[in-house]
Order: sequence, then structure tokens, then C-alpha cells
Amino acid sequence: MMRPLDGNVLAGPVSGLFAFDATSTRAQCDGCGDVAMIAQAMVYGEPMGYVVRCRLCDSVLLVVVERARHRLLSMPGVRWLRVDTQDDGPAGP
Amino acid sequence: MSEATRRWRRGTLVRDRALSASARSVTFAVPDWPGAAAGQHVDVRLTAPDGYQAVRSYSLARAGTDREIELAVERLPDGEVSPFLVDELEPGDEVELRGPLGGWFVWRPGEQRPVQLIAGGSGIVPLVAIARAHAAADSTAPMRLLASVRTPESALYRDELEQLRATAPTRWHYTRVAPPGWTGPVGRLSPRDLEREVIAGSQHPLVYVCGPTGFVEAVARTLIDLGQTADSIRTERFGGT
Ligand SMILES: Cc1cc2nc3c(=O)[nH]c(=O)nc-3n(C[C@H](O)[C@H](O)[C@H](O)COP(=O)(O)OP(=O)(O)OC[C@H]3O[C@@H](n4cnc5c(N)ncnc54)[C@H](O)[C@@H]3O)c2cc1C
Ligand SMILES: [Zn+2]
Repeated sequence: MMRPLDGNVLAGPVSGLFAFDATSTRAQCDGCGDVAMIAQAMVYGEPMGYVVRCRLCDSVLLVVVERARHRLLSMPGVRWLRVDTQDDGPAGP
Repeated sequence: MSEATRRWRRGTLVRDRALSASARSVTFAVPDWPGAAAGQHVDVRLTAPDGYQAVRSYSLARAGTDREIELAVERLPDGEVSPFLVDELEPGDEVELRGPLGGWFVWRPGEQRPVQLIAGGSGIVPLVAIARAHAAADSTAPMRLLASVRTPESALYRDELEQLRATAPTRWHYTRVAPPGWTGPVGRLSPRDLEREVIAGSQHPLVYVCGPTGFVEAVARTLIDLGQTADSIRTERFGGT
């Protein structure tokens, strides 16, 4: 079985969907309340798309599908996303 | 992320160099490349004559604003993309590239905390970029690299890292075969190895762990057992079992 990747790998597939790097954005898991960078989530990849799960409770946070003519982003398990507008780099959580 | 990052650009292979029997450094000229931070990656897209496309991520071995980007690829014998990049691609050939990508598994020169880098196999690639950026910036933040490899021959960038010894010393760890005269342990990195080689949690280091998924998970778990905090550990799993 394919083991997970980190949320880092989503940087390409979600680029252009947000005005910022979504992988260094904090999100709260709706399942367990954990707050982490999208880059810290666990990603199960391809062929259908990426399923992004909470690092603690395994809830599905996001689903990302990239096709030649469209992208699909669903956020079934994200309570909120927080964008730091002060700096352009990742601060420590 | 900007339009610039989202766009697929053409990269032309301009230089290549064997790094080991199974890995090759490949440098692409990319017009309008915006430059990258240490630790970032690109997505590489290959298109077959019938239109079939495959996309894989590869770390940049060097940060900076050159119009050339260096990747280092390890061949997986049953892989779809890596054997092509290691064995088939020739100077003058083109691939499509998207990037630079990622903002979390990144080291920036303003960072003052001590840094511990931990690599398994080809996971050393983004950590070489970080060690190079640290030296180029004359950073005074302490930095160390622990690199786990199967055999002495499979170590990538050994000479480059030797030259960075004064600013970011490397400790090599061998899991199968050690060089002649080696007196250290041989085998998977154990909790004792990590306790001995890694900057202690009491010094609040930033820890970057990169390599095959199983390696990254085992190391990160052990580090937490040893008292490092989860949020000071940045991981990049490369995949595999
Ligand atoms: C953010 C990121 C950065 C990466 N940077 C690099 C890099 O700098 N250099 C590099 O060589 N690779 C890197 N990788 C891995 C790379 O993206 C590919 O997964 C790898 O080259 C295998 O692709 P493939 O098409 O040859 O194999 P596939 O056809 O995808 O897989 C073939 C078989 O190998 C297994 N497998 C897949 N990946 C690995 C792995 N990493 N280790 C062991 N087994 C595996 C699969 O489960 C499968 O059984 C990176 C991955 C990520 C997510
Ligand atoms: Zn959760």
C-alpha cells in the first residue's frame, strides 16, 4: 500500500487557487480541533486525486483533483483556514 | 500563489552528472525562472506522444535566482518517471516544470534557531539546498546534517557537503554497508543514534526530516519520544512504502 506524503506536495496542485501558498496556511480540523499547517497534513496521492487527512485523527480535511481542464477542491473537514498576512514566510506554529 | 508559480514552463536540460550508480543531477535552463528558497520543490510534467501525462515532485538542490535549476533524481527500478529522468533524458531535451513550490519545508536566512537536518537516501537533496543557502548567507545559526545511506557508494553530494563542513558538518550513517575501518553502528537509525547525533530538544532546534515515507515517519516518531516538539519538526515524505 502507498504510504502518505506530506501536505508539501499539494503546493503545485493548489497553486493558483489561492492568492498565497496554501501549504503554509494554518487550518483547523473539524473532527478533532487540531490546528496545523496544510503542509503538516497527511496526503494520500493519485491516481484519482489527493485525499488530505488530519495528522491526528485521520479526518478528511481536503480533496484536491487536478485535471487537464479543471481543478476541484473540496474542504469537507476544515473548520477554518488562517492566512498570515504579516510575513511571506512560514512562522512557527 | 502567483500566476508565475502556477504556470508550466519549459526547462531544457543543459548539464547532467552521475551522483551514484542510481542517481543523477540534472540542471535545466528555465527562462524567466523567478528564483527559489532553500527547501522548495518543483513539479515535473512529462507528456507521452499519445498525450498521457505524468507529474512528479522533485526538490531543488540549490536555492537562489539563477536561471538554471538543479534537481537530483534517484532511479526507482519499477518507477514510471525516475528511470526516464536518470537514464533517458539527454542534453537539449525539454520537460515542463511548475514552481518554485512550498512554503513550509523551507529554511530562510533570517532564521536564528539551530537547525538539524536529517536525510534518508535521496531525501538529502533539499537539505543540500538548505546547507548551501546557510553557507551563502554567512548565517551564524548552528546547522548540522545527519545523512542515512545504505552504502558509502549510494551517498549523494558527499564532496559538496565536505566543502560545507565548517558551516554545516555532516555525519554519515550506514544502514547496510559501512566504509572500511568504520567503527560506528551499521543498521537503521536507532533511538540511541538519534539521541547521540541530533541537536537536543532543550536547544529548541528546527528539525528538517526528508526521505522515503517510512524513514521520515520512524525518525519523526523517535524524535518526539526523545522530547522534540512536533511543531519544530518539518517533514517531507518522498513516498514509497
Ligand atoms: C515534495 C517531494 C519532493 C521530492 N523530491 C525528490 C528528489 O529530490 N529526488 C528524488 O529522487 N525523488 C524525489 N521525490 C520522489 C519523486 O516525486 C517520485 O515519487 C519518485 O521519483 C518516484 O517516481 P516514479 O515515477 O519513478 O515511481 P512510481 O512509478 O511513482 O512508483 C514506483 C514504485 O516505487 C514506489 N515509490 C514511489 N516513491 C518512492 C520513494 N520515494 N522511495 C521508495 N519507493 C517509492 C511506489 O510505491 C511504487 O511501488 C519527491 C517527492 C515529493 C513528494
Ligand atoms: Zn483531526
